[in-house]
Amino acid sequence: MTTTAPEAALHSVPALLARNARQYARLTAYREKEFGIWQAWTWAEVADEVRAMALGFLALGMERGDHVAIIGRNRPALYWSMVAAQSVGAIPVPLYQDAVTEEMAYVLDHCGARFAICGDQEQVDKVIEVQESVSGIEQILYLDRRGMRKYDHGQMNWLIDVQAEGRAAEARLGVELTRRLAEQDYDTTCVMLYTSGTTGKPKGVVLSNRNIIETAKASCSFDSLGHKDEILAYLPMAWVGDFIFSMGQAYWGGFCVNCPENATTMMSDLREIGPTYFFAPPRVFETMLTQVMIRMEDASPAKKRMFDRYMAHARKVGGAILDGKPVSGGDRLKYRMGEMLVYGPLKNTLGLSNIRVAYTAGEAIGPEIFDFYRSLGINLKQLYGQTEASVFITQQPDGEVRSDTVGVPSPGVEVRIGETGEVFYRSPGTFVEYYKNPESTASTKDAEGWVATGDAGFFEEGTGHLRIIDRAKDVGKMADGRLFAPKYVENKLKFYPNILEAVVFGSGRDRCTAFINIDLTAVGNWAERNNIGYSSYQELAGHPRVLAQIQEHVEAVNASVAQDAMLSGCQIHRFLVLHKELDADDGEMTRTRKVKRRFIEEKFADLIAALYSDAKTVYTETEVTYEDGRKGALKATLELRDAAVVAPAGQRMAAE
Amino acid sequence: MLDQPAEGYVTADGRQIGPVVLELKNITLRFGGVEAIKNISFDIREGEIRAIIGPNGAGKSSMMNVISGFYVPQEGEILYKGYKRRKMPPYQVARTGIARTFQNIALFEGMSVLDNIMTGRMNLMKSGFLKQALWWGPASREEDEHREKVEKVIDFLEIQHIRKTPVARLPYGLKKRVELARALAAEPQILLLDEPMAGMNVEEKEDMSRFILDVNDEFGTTIVLIEHDMGVVMDLSDRVVVMDYGKKIGDGTPDEVRNNQDVIDAYLGVAHE
Repeated sequence: MTTTAPEAALHSVPALLARNARQYARLTAYREKEFGIWQAWTWAEVADEVRAMALGFLALGMERGDHVAIIGRNRPALYWSMVAAQSVGAIPVPLYQDAVTEEMAYVLDHCGARFAICGDQEQVDKVIEVQESVSGIEQILYLDRRGMRKYDHGQMNWLIDVQAEGRAAEARLGVELTRRLAEQDYDTTCVMLYTSGTTGKPKGVVLSNRNIIETAKASCSFDSLGHKDEILAYLPMAWVGDFIFSMGQAYWGGFCVNCPENATTMMSDLREIGPTYFFAPPRVFETMLTQVMIRMEDASPAKKRMFDRYMAHARKVGGAILDGKPVSGGDRLKYRMGEMLVYGPLKNTLGLSNIRVAYTAGEAIGPEIFDFYRSLGINLKQLYGQTEASVFITQQPDGEVRSDTVGVPSPGVEVRIGETGEVFYRSPGTFVEYYKNPESTASTKDAEGWVATGDAGFFEEGTGHLRIIDRAKDVGKMADGRLFAPKYVENKLKFYPNILEAVVFGSGRDRCTAFINIDLTAVGNWAERNNIGYSSYQELAGHPRVLAQIQEHVEAVNASVAQDAMLSGCQIHRFLVLHKELDADDGEMTRTRKVKRRFIEEKFADLIAALYSDAKTVYTETEVTYEDGRKGALKATLELRDAAVVAPAGQRMAAE
Repeated sequence: MLDQPAEGYVTADGRQIGPVVLELKNITLRFGGVEAIKNISFDIREGEIRAIIGPNGAGKSSMMNVISGFYVPQEGEILYKGYKRRKMPPYQVARTGIARTFQNIALFEGMSVLDNIMTGRMNLMKSGFLKQALWWGPASREEDEHREKVEKVIDFLEIQHIRKTPVARLPYGLKKRVELARALAAEPQILLLDEPMAGMNVEEKEDMSRFILDVNDEFGTTIVLIEHDMGVVMDLSDRVVVMDYGKKIGDGTPDEVRNNQDVIDAYLGVAHE
């Protein structure tokens, strides 16, 4: 990283933008596909757009410390609006655009946002609905003008108009903007992000410029990210990861942020851009792999043979070659052949040809999936982080990548394991506080700056890599005192392509049971192949052959869980396949698709009771929320199945 | 029926409705001995959403075909923008700013969505066959301009993800949307939609309704709509013409039509003598 300006001056995102506009003036900062063409903006142009927007915000009366809600999909202008808000001393608060009105109302009320910047009409409508109960919002700005003509514009503005007014007001407000920009330092708030909240209400995590910029600096140098890199910004703007990757690191490193045309074109946009740096949750990698496998099933026999043969070779040596381990010349030659015939074209189809560094995090990733990508020569690594840490707690250095660890502490981060097994960390990225919530701040962060992650884990002997077992509060005891770690078992189940989600119960009980969600894509494809007709998700999920398959998986997982003496009590005795997909709209998952265990326990109490009874079937009615917010009831009779359990090898020995 | 001022008015939801743009006077259409349309007159105002409803076989699609110039009525006249329309083939009618979609999807199945929509701009292309074939100079520039317009339509109807997909691979609801896109690409002043919601599920209907309203609102396009879903018709349209057995039995706002005894009889079924 070369910087001409003294680094001491780079203490805010607007300051980084000013540096980039000087240093990388003609390099592309943003791209967005619109009207079928990739539109591009250089750093100099971005600086101009942001300045105009900031002046426009001043003209609208945006004050220091105002909270500015930003709601929409990843678009350059919305990223600029965050920097513009920072420029005038306000605090951007990006929100999940798919949040339903009540969720949005809570957050907008909690942060007391005066301004709401919306992507399109849909978001404006939600904010207007929120205004009925929340009074703080004074101005609504929007980016996409479609359908907006008839709205009362008394307190509403098109973002482009705001910019035009800003440009016109340069002479009048330029001085004030310069003054506000100069006030920004390492301790001013950079952004406030709401945690998705697996339990209770979301909390507003306040991150300072120091948090974001120090983290970006350290993580850019860890993977040597610089102005030549390209990323695709497609994950929710409200998520801390996107803020670090598409704002923090992009502004520090000066690399280009590409925004897809819309959510449904993400895969083809990925292929067109071919990013060098890529982040995706395990689910995305899983989906990509499932699609590849489904398409290979349909390929001609010759192609399929070639694919299978070379993929087998890649599994054997691909990972080792990537890690720079010694591999024989013959194997290398064969791998290169494979690169030409299979791996290269496959990576190209997936849009992963240029990847230098790819990360996955958030959930455990299946070892087969992880190894598949690495064997192709894609440098996929894992990291462990959370909003409160400005993402990075641990990450895997090149050459030390494995699917079952989350790596070593990131540069500048200290990690220790508490007495209860909980992971604690302290770093320059550690959050300032939870907004308007001193009790939670105090219970999470101690006086010395150590933050409790809420995850239970341990450092591996020898390698120093951190391994995470489960959420600390989810790790419990069964009735007979054996350890209960649901996530551990659920992850094993989810590694099967036809299981989308699993929820294991057993805390305080004598045995474990589970809910299973089938993966409609994988199971639907299988059904098609085997001439199994079905008319709905519910019917497919209840099909006896599907149940038999799931039972096989559950029993295989039981056998695998039994290997581990400590966790052998977590074998699943009984399970059922749910008649509906767990959904964030029904409150069963967070927006980042994490299972809300407590909520599910309450909502499906009747099903859990049935799992612990002797019944063979159970009848249930479930309330569902449709996309437009209406509610309906889903009725189903579910079959309860017993799964074979394996007597734990370790326990017998211990008994002797 | 409420008498509206001739020069136009503003609706309750703030849309500008202009003067009469197309007037059908005493139209009669016969196929041999069958009278499909019997002496029907009604008008269409600029910027309004005008629905034609009626039971099966009432003559709605025939009426649509008369407007689009596909059928030439034996009696009666059509006044378009104040002038009597002479007999002309459908492609010339299309050039005057009238585009349509079909009840049974009529897309080029083997072509991509993009190419299908590009055909909607056929009538607006100026370069000749040879220039187009050579794709040289002005022809190539012209294609870029048309492509830009088409991309705006693609963006408007939110079908970016299927831009390059062959139409044959699309589900029914999306095909309908592509058809609408092709009609829109012609930048029509009047858009004729023949059962745009037929065979759709509730969600697809909601989407399509939104698109129809948006088209009307955003481009000020006049929309003539045949539809069986009464909920959709009553919610969307400004005025409704009701046909039964080739005759007009009602004409007015949705509320007026809903309370019209002839219309109720036609729908609920009263013995015809």
